[in-house]
Amino acid sequence: MKLSFKFSLISALTAATVAFPVLSLAQDVTGAGASFPAPLYSKWAADYNRATGIKINYQSVGSGAGLRQIEAKTVDFGASDAPLKDDELTKKGLVQFPTVIGGVVPVVNIKGIAPGQLKLNGQVLGDIYLGKITKWTDPAIKALNPSLPLPDAAISPVRRADGSGTSFIFTNYLSKVNAEWKTKVGEGTAVNWPVGAGGKGNEGVAAFVGRLPNSIGYVEYAYVKQNKMTFAVMRNAAGNFVSPDDVAFKAAAAGADWAKSFYQILTEQPGKDSWPITGATFILMQKAQDKPAQATAALKFFDWAYKNGDKTADDLDYVPMPASVKVSIEKAWADIKDASGKSVATK
Amino acid sequence: MSSTLPVGGAAFDPVSTSANRKMTNPPSGNPVRRSPLADKVFGWLAQGAAWLTLLLLIGILLSLVAGAWPAISKYGLGFLTSTTWDPVKNEYGGLVMIYGTVATSLIALLIAVPVSFGIALFLTELSPAWLKRPLGTAIELLAAVPSIVYGMWGLLVFGPILATYVQQPLQNAFGQTPYLGALVSGPPVGIGILSAGIILAIMIIPFIASVMRDVFDVTPVLLKESAYALGSTTWEVVYKVVLPYTKAGVVGGIMLGLGRALGETMAITFVIGNFNQLDSLSLFQAANSITSALANEFAEAGEGLHQAALIYLGLVLFFITFVVLALSKLMLAQLSKSEGTKT
Repeated sequence: MKLSFKFSLISALTAATVAFPVLSLAQDVTGAGASFPAPLYSKWAADYNRATGIKINYQSVGSGAGLRQIEAKTVDFGASDAPLKDDELTKKGLVQFPTVIGGVVPVVNIKGIAPGQLKLNGQVLGDIYLGKITKWTDPAIKALNPSLPLPDAAISPVRRADGSGTSFIFTNYLSKVNAEWKTKVGEGTAVNWPVGAGGKGNEGVAAFVGRLPNSIGYVEYAYVKQNKMTFAVMRNAAGNFVSPDDVAFKAAAAGADWAKSFYQILTEQPGKDSWPITGATFILMQKAQDKPAQATAALKFFDWAYKNGDKTADDLDYVPMPASVKVSIEKAWADIKDASGKSVATK
Repeated sequence: MSSTLPVGGAAFDPVSTSANRKMTNPPSGNPVRRSPLADKVFGWLAQGAAWLTLLLLIGILLSLVAGAWPAISKYGLGFLTSTTWDPVKNEYGGLVMIYGTVATSLIALLIAVPVSFGIALFLTELSPAWLKRPLGTAIELLAAVPSIVYGMWGLLVFGPILATYVQQPLQNAFGQTPYLGALVSGPPVGIGILSAGIILAIMIIPFIASVMRDVFDVTPVLLKESAYALGSTTWEVVYKVVLPYTKAGVVGGIMLGLGRALGETMAITFVIGNFNQLDSLSLFQAANSITSALANEFAEAGEGLHQAALIYLGLVLFFITFVVLALSKLMLAQLSKSEGTKT
């Protein structure tokens, strides 16, 4: 019944486009998915609408829901913070490409500690979230911060309660740098957290950390910057302690081999300036389009965004993709084809 | 009680009244009536509406079972007793959430029922007349506050107060006592079962209190005045006259509140801590509830077992609500059976 309803909807839409060719000039494009890039996509959509008159609707419903909707073809593009592996993409008949980069940042609330003072590494961060390190005076933390006056108090770890791409990037990082985390917990948008209170959304985690003394949490970089939260500096793969900022995120993105595949998780990347907990956010589209006009419109929007949207991204504390990556993305669009096998990308 | 006027002399005989009612046919040839067809159509429509509700209910149940089937066939009833909830390893058990839902609702009822009874008692028997209306309206307005507001308030305002002035002193006082100490162990941060239960209590008080006040108000003055005339105190009148007379309404009000408590989502999500482990039975421990788990994980749950397990949780909640409703009906039946006997 659902299928036939969808079919009738599609045929009704096609009928409408055939009957009123004028309408097809200003097609609405619909997308759904990850909430992390939602503020940026909405801003891009508003600017694009002003420039071209074409409306882009983006529903921030979560990465998992975005994936389900693009698989069911209810939207023209899906968005996800966790990339799909290449074989999964082929199996589902989807194409994915990154739009912007963001960083996940550990934040703490310890009396007398200023932003950037506390130094952590992946092993310690993982042990805190495993419940193995329970006090701020633990020798492992002391060894990294010999001169910092840390309180002899229990650590309250805070994490995301809802499934989220932020958690995916964070747990992926912990799995790479902490062997026990990898075997006991693993990575995912939602995992079986051994300890810690769960806040809903970045704002929930930020509220918990702000409220609970001696707590630690992790939030998106934009959230840290806008709320001036006390972030910790992390030791990266090269052994340097780095502060989270767009330079460090860009350095992490530069190390990835985008030309080979867009399946790149940017955690623990080499490079002396790389922020270790970095991730890109992705767009998913159907490879074989039964609505080629819609797909063309969607790709035109992203093309416009890559060309004109970097400033907006910077303003909103996202990091735009490097220019070389944008070139390979637009090249990859050739794979998105209509029923006759013709590429829908108009260039 | 029907408010229709008695017809003829047999009206006060209940047996003949009900017999009469059954036999009553609309008198034909009434000049106002347009056609018997309209009557029939109306009858069908009314019946259809009733059946539609039933069909919807069955539809919901069937689609829940169908959606949860992968989890049901894999775990069976073991789902209800397992505490593992691990989306990475694709292992699911619902006990943590079921415990959280039941525990928070019980705490909410424990607080809300006496308080609501007090409110209703005050409004109907004790309050000066000028205060009745504004106070009653204020309590009803509480029911209109969106639940997310209660959630944010609970997290940002109430949680810290509870932690500093209730949880920490309680832990200092009872932390070493056996049994009682276990109930108050855990991090005193104002997030967990206790705070969720208290927030729920605040949310359901307006529902229970306004229903109780309304049913207390309909107690015939004649009954109350007779009791007063016999020398009863206000408490005796309420406890021995008003409460027995209105027990069906009171139980209904409590069930309404309980239903709301079981199904509440947004406020709980903010204050329960969303913690999927059952380490201790402490009231201060962060936990999770069925609705909160659904709200947090459904959007990101991929197709397959994770989603099925979440729907299974929904089915369990459906079942809990059904059991609660059935129990309340049973309780009412039991109460009316003992009616008229001496206690």
